[in-house]
Amino acid sequence: MKLSRRTTTAALAGSAAVALTLAGCAGGGAAPETSSPSDEPVTLTVATFNNFGYTDELLAQYTDEHPNVTIEHTIAATSNDARSNYFTKLGAGSGLADVEAVEIDWFAELMQYSDKLYDLTDPALADRWVAWKTAAATDADGRLVAYGTDIGPEGVCYRQDLFEAAGLPTDPDEVSALLTGSWDDYFAVGADYVAATGKAWFDSAAATYQGMVNQVEAAYEDPATGDVIATENPEVKEMYEAVLDASASQSAHLSQWGPDWAAGQADGSYATMLCPGWMLGVISGNAPDVTTWRVADAFPGGGGNWGGSYLTVPAQGAHLEEAKALAAWLTSPEVQLQAFLEAGTFPSQQALFSDDALLTATNPFFGDQEVGGIFANRADAVTVAPFKGPKYFPINDAMIQALGRVDIDKTDDAASSWDKFVADVNSLG
Amino acid sequence: MSNRTAATHRPVRRLGFGQQLSRWDVKLSPYLYVSPFFVIFAVTGLFPLLYTAYVSVHEWSLIGGEGDFVGLENFAFTLTNPIFWTALRNTLSIFLLSTVPQLVLAITIAAVLDTNLRAKTFWRMGVLVPYVLTPVAVSLLFSFMYADKLGIVNNLLQAIGLPPVAWHSDAFASHIAIASMVNFRWTGYNALILLAAMQAVPRDYHEAAMIDGANAVRRFFSITIPSLRPTIIFVVITSTIGGLQIFDEPTLYDQYGRGGNDKQWLTITMLIQNTGWRENGNFGRAAAIAWLLFLLILLIGLINLAITRSISGSGVPRSRRTGKAVSR
Repeated sequence: MKLSRRTTTAALAGSAAVALTLAGCAGGGAAPETSSPSDEPVTLTVATFNNFGYTDELLAQYTDEHPNVTIEHTIAATSNDARSNYFTKLGAGSGLADVEAVEIDWFAELMQYSDKLYDLTDPALADRWVAWKTAAATDADGRLVAYGTDIGPEGVCYRQDLFEAAGLPTDPDEVSALLTGSWDDYFAVGADYVAATGKAWFDSAAATYQGMVNQVEAAYEDPATGDVIATENPEVKEMYEAVLDASASQSAHLSQWGPDWAAGQADGSYATMLCPGWMLGVISGNAPDVTTWRVADAFPGGGGNWGGSYLTVPAQGAHLEEAKALAAWLTSPEVQLQAFLEAGTFPSQQALFSDDALLTATNPFFGDQEVGGIFANRADAVTVAPFKGPKYFPINDAMIQALGRVDIDKTDDAASSWDKFVADVNSLG
Repeated sequence: MSNRTAATHRPVRRLGFGQQLSRWDVKLSPYLYVSPFFVIFAVTGLFPLLYTAYVSVHEWSLIGGEGDFVGLENFAFTLTNPIFWTALRNTLSIFLLSTVPQLVLAITIAAVLDTNLRAKTFWRMGVLVPYVLTPVAVSLLFSFMYADKLGIVNNLLQAIGLPPVAWHSDAFASHIAIASMVNFRWTGYNALILLAAMQAVPRDYHEAAMIDGANAVRRFFSITIPSLRPTIIFVVITSTIGGLQIFDEPTLYDQYGRGGNDKQWLTITMLIQNTGWRENGNFGRAAAIAWLLFLLILLIGLINLAITRSISGSGVPRSRRTGKAVSR
């Protein structure tokens, strides 16, 4: 994923004001526990990826309150990079940052080694997150080993100017109505769009598939036994075929996160793309001069969640209590609200869902739409919390490649690429 | 006499130890002087090599550590895994596409630099600039240039009326693109090494050949190239090792670093990383692949040695003859 640092002075100023108000209102109740950390000077390292919205200014708020703490923040370019770094150093027993970010797709894989993570259980924080977020981070012994940062409720981003050229409605409310329905409906509107313009409807098969697979309760692994069912699960095969059927005419055939894909957001190569909250920052970073991107408050096939992350404190660290306090602060509602306003990472903190500051938060790049309210709706629409076991990440990687072979490279047809997918999954062993 | 006996007796006893020391000094010190290299090599080279062999015959996970002894199962799995053979094909293809043109280009550039140029040092340092750039930066730049739709390479091709190349879909095209990054980085470096060797070729040979009526091309092939033989062997061996271990460039060729959807440019070192770290943390299998790569490098290194010997070997006597002709 490409980094996108939005320079939103206005949003920042606003968020700072909001934070002050919140801090004033909330009193001591919502403030994170900072009981046992020492006052000795410590340097804490924080490792994240993509854009968590943790700006230097934001981190400075913490170091101002805790003058003994110095924070060093490193950012990996992609979640894949962060994952291989995490597991390599977890295996080596040293080298991880004091606070390490983990993405939900490989979180289950990490939970196998939850004994290598510091226990972050804190009764005062029990109700901070949405229940499924906390449940997934609690291990078999009942230890909470990770604090939730964001979740990724998904809407659909679209280009008003391209919709207009195709004779489709352009107003966000009308588009929301148009795109509400099943995946077949979404592809049917796409067929109309392609017929009218001859241009692509969505960016790539793989990106669209991500939206579909995140609605499936157990796509690749059996939650009861942990067995890999990816290659026999009829649901997976059906989604694979459906998305490739549509892709033949509707996909822009661009590899997600590649330079052509990024440029496509600026030059109008595709009219729609699936949009978790954090994608807004990606789009505005890639296409700063486009004024016609909007978010529809709709998602094919019901609600969907793509991504979202946690902060962990690896037990190998030297400053565990201090790191725990920092992780608690970073995932506090006040801080996550600022991160949301900075990077569009939608918070997992329940208290914020009814918070006007979130609901009325607007995004100037998206025509001042109230994106906070839209994604709060999208979060409500999420009904399925997909099971992602230890092999989810490598299997999904193999699936993305299988779709890419047909959609982007055209080295295979759907059937032969599926065979290679089966071989890849079997060789994971 | 008595003086002499005393002189001979005393020194015999006293110098006995001293002589012993100086004998040791003569015999042992050279080994002591070179030993730091070998001690460090044993720790950082030999030990990992043997330890990898030990890991490769065990079940071994990234985080769980050592498991059961499994014999050659990891090797058997690797050798029957089609992905390994694809990776081997890609590695050899990228290796050939980078080593051969690189050597030809480097010799040509060295020959040009060896002529009477103005601002010699400027040109000589100039060819080294790509080598100074970090491979990661070079790879990122090139991967933007080779973007399929909006990359500068395809734009140029289309501007002159050629069809765009599917740099990330077609395996051979991706190998060419990756080899171009390698060549960009290493050609200048090798040119400088070859240039140094060229300047060590005695000028007498050239003068004599000129008097005999040999033109510049003839002199280049009959005198310069044969004299470069040891240097060419060195360059070929080092680029064989580097070429077969190629990692940075193919990893950074796309945004995922997985070697392409259809493993178009997955190399063996990338496969080692995928197996050991990225996909399932299977160190046993990764170690088996690493050992196969080591054997492959040895094999190709030996083949290269034989080829370079036989090619320029036939030229050496000729150059010696020319040398003798001069002295006569």
